[in-house]
Amino acid sequence: MKANRGLALYAVAAYLFLHLPLLVLTVFSFNASRFTRWEGFSFKWYAALAEDPRLAEATVNSLIIAVVATLLATAAGTLCAYGLWKRSAPVLEASLYTGLVTPEIVTGVSLLALYQWLFHYFNFRLGLHTVILAHVTFCIAYVMIVVQARLKTIDKSLEEAAMDLGATEFGAFRQVTLPILMPGIIAAALLAFTISFDDYVITSLVAGVDSETLPMVIYTMARKGVSPAVNAMSTLIVIGVGVLIVAAEKLQKQPS
Amino acid sequence: MKQLRFWFLAPARSLTFGLFLVPLAIVVVYSFLTRGTYGGQGQPFTLENYTRLSDPLYLEILVKSFWIASLSTAICLLMGFPLAMFIARSDPKWRGTWINLVMLPFWTSFLVRTYAWMFLLRDTGLINTVLQGLGIIHDPLPLLYNDGAVILGLVYGYLPFMVLPIYSTLERQDPFLLEAAADLGATPWQSLWRVTIPISKPGILAGSVLVFIPCLGAYLTPDLMGGGKSIMIGNVVQQQFTSARDWPFGASLSLALTALVMLLLWFVMKRGGKELI
Repeated sequence: MKANRGLALYAVAAYLFLHLPLLVLTVFSFNASRFTRWEGFSFKWYAALAEDPRLAEATVNSLIIAVVATLLATAAGTLCAYGLWKRSAPVLEASLYTGLVTPEIVTGVSLLALYQWLFHYFNFRLGLHTVILAHVTFCIAYVMIVVQARLKTIDKSLEEAAMDLGATEFGAFRQVTLPILMPGIIAAALLAFTISFDDYVITSLVAGVDSETLPMVIYTMARKGVSPAVNAMSTLIVIGVGVLIVAAEKLQKQPS
Repeated sequence: MKQLRFWFLAPARSLTFGLFLVPLAIVVVYSFLTRGTYGGQGQPFTLENYTRLSDPLYLEILVKSFWIASLSTAICLLMGFPLAMFIARSDPKWRGTWINLVMLPFWTSFLVRTYAWMFLLRDTGLINTVLQGLGIIHDPLPLLYNDGAVILGLVYGYLPFMVLPIYSTLERQDPFLLEAAADLGATPWQSLWRVTIPISKPGILAGSVLVFIPCLGAYLTPDLMGGGKSIMIGNVVQQQFTSARDWPFGASLSLALTALVMLLLWFVMKRGGKELI
């Protein structure tokens, strides 16, 4: 019993370690002072966010990139998971898993090398499209894994039954399997969205001058020094992403 | 039958090929080229970019990256194991909540989490301000921009990767095993060392790999929390491709880093791969 109490005490400390930094950041985003000393409650840093044109542009860029990349990666990743469920494709699977474990910085510089090489031969510039392509590529593997987990719970004979009853192969996919997969697909999309929206390392390498994203702005501000506006921005991101993740979690738990 | 599957796999296949495998192949080619006067790359083909890897300067950074990643992994294990044990032994009704509380910070932006620690640790940050306010210290403590800060950032970032696999092996453990050990006269410590830890070995192995790999290739944490004073191999790669404009050498460094990661994975899979998945 005594050992269990020690364990519980330790757990409290560990959870504090995990959550305190973000909680402190949230609290100080409401600080009236520019400095780390508490001088009263204020929304002024949130108001300041709304007036920053650079931040507004970066937010719009991040949203465009995340939405387009999510739609494309979810479609490609779902189709891929379904195709692999029918029969495995070792080379494709190995490449996708290799992509997951390759250090982000390496993925980033190799994409940069590709883009620069293309730039040599075609009229091709860095911009939103190059970022979107990069994001779609690294999101596919995550989508595939989430959808595959859902596919594992499905009985393959369901489709066979549908085809015995006259459905085409595509019809069986569209009318039988796809509806069952839907919660998993939406969960995968939410996951892809947060991964794309948060990415800094790859994005910063392949973004053009006119395609600055929100994490890039936060990075620059974080390097420059303390700004309560960053605390406010971070708080908004934490809340927004938190809501998405809880939603994704709920959907994944839904029984098929 | 085959045709539908072909078209379903086509988008993922072409994207993975065109935007992951081809770029890697380009990096392989670049790693054998010579750097041009103005930063480009061209012939003659050379092995010089690889022999340069053994330059003490880079070898030192490589060893240091390994050291920082190992230390971070060890700390994650020491911190994560008891937490996983706590969750596995808690009321089944609450387990999901405890796990979600581990995952929640993990899903919030890595950049924001790193920034949160910078807010706490910098010279004008919360910890130094409070300590100075209480009169405990006069000058701010140098908490940020050193190896310790980098390790802290990595541990904070990847602790969930350690907790989850250990938890999933412990959860499957039969609680009667511990009772049996106690009945046979084992103290709680003895049953920890001789029952719980051996059982959770696959989880420990999986967790260590999942933490070590991103730590070894870390870029953002040493960049922000090390502040240029404590750099790892990922930062050198980035420097070569940006400010130093030596792409061929950056390419060979990237490949060395990737090869290390793959070798490690292969080694672990070979030794305990079946238990891992």
